[in-house]
Amino acid sequence: MAPTGNRRSGYSRRAQYGAFFGYIAGVLGALIGAGLLIYSIVSPDAFSGVRTVASDAAAPVGKASAGTRAAGQGLFETIRGYFLAGSQNARLQREVDAAKVRLAEAQAIAEENSRLRALLALSEQSPRPVAITQLIASTASSTRRFATIAAGSDRGIAVGMPVRTPLGLVGRVLEVGDDTSRVLLVTDTESVVPVRRATDGVPAFAQGRADGTLQLRLINLGINPLKPRDVFVTSGSGGLYRPNTAVAMVVKVTRDGAIARMLSDPAASEFVAVEPMASQVQPAAPPPPSREGTELP
Amino acid sequence: MIASRLRRASADQFRKRINRAPSPLLARGVPWLTVMLGSLLPVCLVIASAPIVPPLGFLVLLAWRQLRPGLLPVWAGFPLGLFDDLYSGQPFGTAVMLWSAAALALDLIEARFPWRSFVLEWLLAAGFIGLYVPVCLLLANIAGASSPLPVIVPQIVLAILVYPLVGRAVALADRFRLLPFMDIG
Repeated sequence: MAPTGNRRSGYSRRAQYGAFFGYIAGVLGALIGAGLLIYSIVSPDAFSGVRTVASDAAAPVGKASAGTRAAGQGLFETIRGYFLAGSQNARLQREVDAAKVRLAEAQAIAEENSRLRALLALSEQSPRPVAITQLIASTASSTRRFATIAAGSDRGIAVGMPVRTPLGLVGRVLEVGDDTSRVLLVTDTESVVPVRRATDGVPAFAQGRADGTLQLRLINLGINPLKPRDVFVTSGSGGLYRPNTAVAMVVKVTRDGAIARMLSDPAASEFVAVEPMASQVQPAAPPPPSREGTELP
Repeated sequence: MIASRLRRASADQFRKRINRAPSPLLARGVPWLTVMLGSLLPVCLVIASAPIVPPLGFLVLLAWRQLRPGLLPVWAGFPLGLFDDLYSGQPFGTAVMLWSAAALALDLIEARFPWRSFVLEWLLAAGFIGLYVPVCLLLANIAGASSPLPVIVPQIVLAILVYPLVGRAVALADRFRLLPFMDIG
């Protein structure tokens, strides 16, 4: 490409000053940016007000794209369904037959469970969700894993509330705006969830790795008892998350724990439920921790 | 009114160009709007569980500065970066600082290589992307995260591959920007 001739300001004093002050403003912009950056690193919540206002403003765009995203996924799944219909039908038939038996057993167990609970005078602990809403945005180009949900303080969302899908835990609310909230996904490297193995309660911490998987760190070091396909649920310790919410499944065992895949992929979940904080349901739990509350003890 | 005029203008653009001028509002505003759109698009496009979508706002800014040097001023990184920081999830100020610095650096390099080609511009952009994404990771890590470096490799590769397409889109926006559809006089 030929050089553009407009770089030289010529004899015009006005153009010379214009170019000069343009560069000054550029350098100043970079310096102000550095200042803002240092300030936001020192106090991470400093700009949360501006951010929530901005995400409130962009909420309509997010809602519209959430709709088309869901439609797009539905379309692909429908096309896929045509190709897999026969084999899938047979497989599902077998699964339904097995599931019918299991369901009958589960009903019996549930009945027994409620009888035993009544004996112990325990109350049911399955609280109603505060809000059921859509994921409307996520920071797809950053290494931080934040998402935005289309519900804010107008629907009673508060900082610290866990966000989940029917399949499992997604994250927890970090900043609340008027009608959107920012969620820290469990795959963010700053998120640490206390978990235990669903079958026998081996305790561990699940920390995000920023690439859609979680690093499980065992609390009791020794022989690593984990195996692939082990399912981990929240243990409820720390009072942030309610116990027994599914979180992740082990895909690869490492020396000191395992790498696990999130059970409820936020990309595939159209709707999420925001639950009340665990500490509101269990009065004995410690007070809701702040942003730093999820650090390893 | 504007929409119908635009439609007419694009329908038979050769016949109706006489006695028409581009709208000054569009001619000035389209670059800013496209960069802001580039900042918003990765946020709304997918709910991603890994950083895979290229930083489109930054790519569009680079493309405008390469296609039309001087159309976006050198200080454009400041307001556009502020907007990007609101949505990107990075610690606030990352884009303000890095976009301003990138605009300045690009200006210096441009003065050094006045005659440029497609390959040189792509290489230059690849260099900028290869610096920008890891520095973003570093700044996010300083602010509290602890992401490993391999996480961003797919994003860098994708961003470099996508850059010529972004350049095409910007060229399209540039043509749209200068579409003559306002009656003169």
